[in-house]
Amino acid sequence: MNWKTTATAMGLALLASTSLARADGELNIYNWGNYTSPDVIKKFEAKYNIKVTITDYDSNDTALAKVRQGGTGFDIAVPSQTYVPIWIKEGLVLETDPGKMENFKNVAPEWANPDFDPGRKYSVPWALGTVGVVVNTDVYKGPADSWGIIFNTPDELKGKVNVVPEMNDVIFAAIKYVGGQQCTTDKEVLKKVRDTLVAAKPNWIAMEYNTIEKMGAGDFKATSDWNGSALRQRLANPAIHYNYPKEGFGLWSDNVVVLKEAKNVENAKLFQNFIMDPENAAGLSAFHRYANAIVGSDKYMPADMKDAPEVVIPAADKPHAELQQMCAPEIQDLYTKIWTELQK
Amino acid sequence: MATAEEVAKAAERRDIRDRWLLSAPALLVIFLAATGPLLIVLVYSFLTPGSYGDVKWQFSPEAWIAVFLERDIFDDTLSVAAAHVTIFLRSIKLSVVTTIATLVLGFPTAYFMATRSEKTRDLWLFLITIPFWTNLLIRTFAVLQIIRNEGIVNTILLKLGIISSPIQILYTDTAILIGMAYVYLPLMVLPIYASMEKLDFRLVEAGYDLYATRFKVLRKIIFPLVKPGVIAGSILVFIPALGAYVTPSVLGGGKNMMLSNLIELQFGQGRNWPLGSALSIAVMIIVMVALLAYVRNAGKSGVRHG
Repeated sequence: MNWKTTATAMGLALLASTSLARADGELNIYNWGNYTSPDVIKKFEAKYNIKVTITDYDSNDTALAKVRQGGTGFDIAVPSQTYVPIWIKEGLVLETDPGKMENFKNVAPEWANPDFDPGRKYSVPWALGTVGVVVNTDVYKGPADSWGIIFNTPDELKGKVNVVPEMNDVIFAAIKYVGGQQCTTDKEVLKKVRDTLVAAKPNWIAMEYNTIEKMGAGDFKATSDWNGSALRQRLANPAIHYNYPKEGFGLWSDNVVVLKEAKNVENAKLFQNFIMDPENAAGLSAFHRYANAIVGSDKYMPADMKDAPEVVIPAADKPHAELQQMCAPEIQDLYTKIWTELQK
Repeated sequence: MATAEEVAKAAERRDIRDRWLLSAPALLVIFLAATGPLLIVLVYSFLTPGSYGDVKWQFSPEAWIAVFLERDIFDDTLSVAAAHVTIFLRSIKLSVVTTIATLVLGFPTAYFMATRSEKTRDLWLFLITIPFWTNLLIRTFAVLQIIRNEGIVNTILLKLGIISSPIQILYTDTAILIGMAYVYLPLMVLPIYASMEKLDFRLVEAGYDLYATRFKVLRKIIFPLVKPGVIAGSILVFIPALGAYVTPSVLGGGKNMMLSNLIELQFGQGRNWPLGSALSIAVMIIVMVALLAYVRNAGKSGVRHG
């Protein structure tokens, strides 16, 4: 084969591959890693004949920084409730008015008009979750419904506790543990927070994100964690329990927004509407293992999630849930200083 | 009519001009790819942090002050940034220890390789480079699998009855050191081997002939001659070790920050890009000063040969 035939063959192959992928439209989703159900995406692609591309990010700060720079080519992003107001204020998102979309009627009333996006002008709920304490009950059988597991570790768990190094979550928990309010500027409270954290650290073995694997393998016997992660751990080992701290625990929600620079606005709107359908919302939950804010989705939820204590917050614990807020930059600054002090 | 001298001068000028023109693309790439981004970092270090990340285009020396001094958040007193000093020292200590560990392991390895027959040498060289085919993260996770509580080492020791409960190696400083030494060993072995290969072993024989002990031969003959390799290897290990991110995080458990973690914090959750930039530049300056001092000292006491 001479180079001309080779080139022709390659050209044809290229042509074939692009024509195979041809669809009526495209949708570029920018979302957290390992968070988007391939089944639901396939269903969406088939229904509207749209080709979906997913790109991962690993933190709200990364996503925000990248979208701020512009020219990303993404249509959709999924920031947490703490960040949604920043995205709105900085004019990064498009007012798609999901509150008027067909499937909006399915959104649970308590999530239909949240403070972070009044009237749901921009965002659609993607997932809901909590931050609590996970304990391996083979090692520790005492009461675990307290941040004390992390900040005043019982003897059985000393040197076996992990803390997920999410600065805002950890400081939120510590503030609750010492009896303060989130985003407090009270120096007395913050001093207690710092002292509590510094005193607790020698009992920790690590500060890592990789809890599912490490709890499973037994490297950790307790950890602070997100509820969906805790569910996966319990399904692998029934002795692992998720607990809602009685001092107060953080509630979060990730939300689908359409970027102002989106090229496929109509497709993005279709997607926002699509995921508010109960069956699709349940499909998303089945993959990412977190709850959703769609009424009627429980019918379609997988059996192991329907009554899971990690997903459905028990009535007794519900009063202690508190939606986490974004603190003012100068407060964040104090947090960073405490955090540096903790990890130095 | 031009004299021969003028013609020669014109030719020389043309030659110089051609050289500049020909190297212009390379210079441009170097400027854009290396100097450009560094200049941005430098400029950013003198700006004001934006709220929630990014920067405001407003001059401020605050970031540089914050590198060295900290205002206590509780009593507002200004003092040396103890947290930063602790983290700097931890990173420097880890790099020094890693360099020493790789040197202790790498020197005999290189010696062994250089003293094999021509043919087998290539095989050893090949074996040393094999780890480079794999991603750093994967190599680090492989070390994790070996040393973790349910890992290979502990399982074997437990099965043999040598220990009754697993030894906690993972998430200790030892774990970080094992990982770092493993990851950076080839960077030490290769330059030492390159020097060692050129070593004239007749000199070693001569040393023995003159009744030198083995230790004396090593100290007075081999070591001075392969010193350039040792210096190159130490530099190649020390610098990346100072900025190591993956290995300390994965094996150390992330409880104690390294320099790289501190810088990352400013660009991520800390949202203080100017401070992150200033810290990066500060690290570069420290590395440069340390290198100059090291190379100058090493050069001074070196034996001339050629």
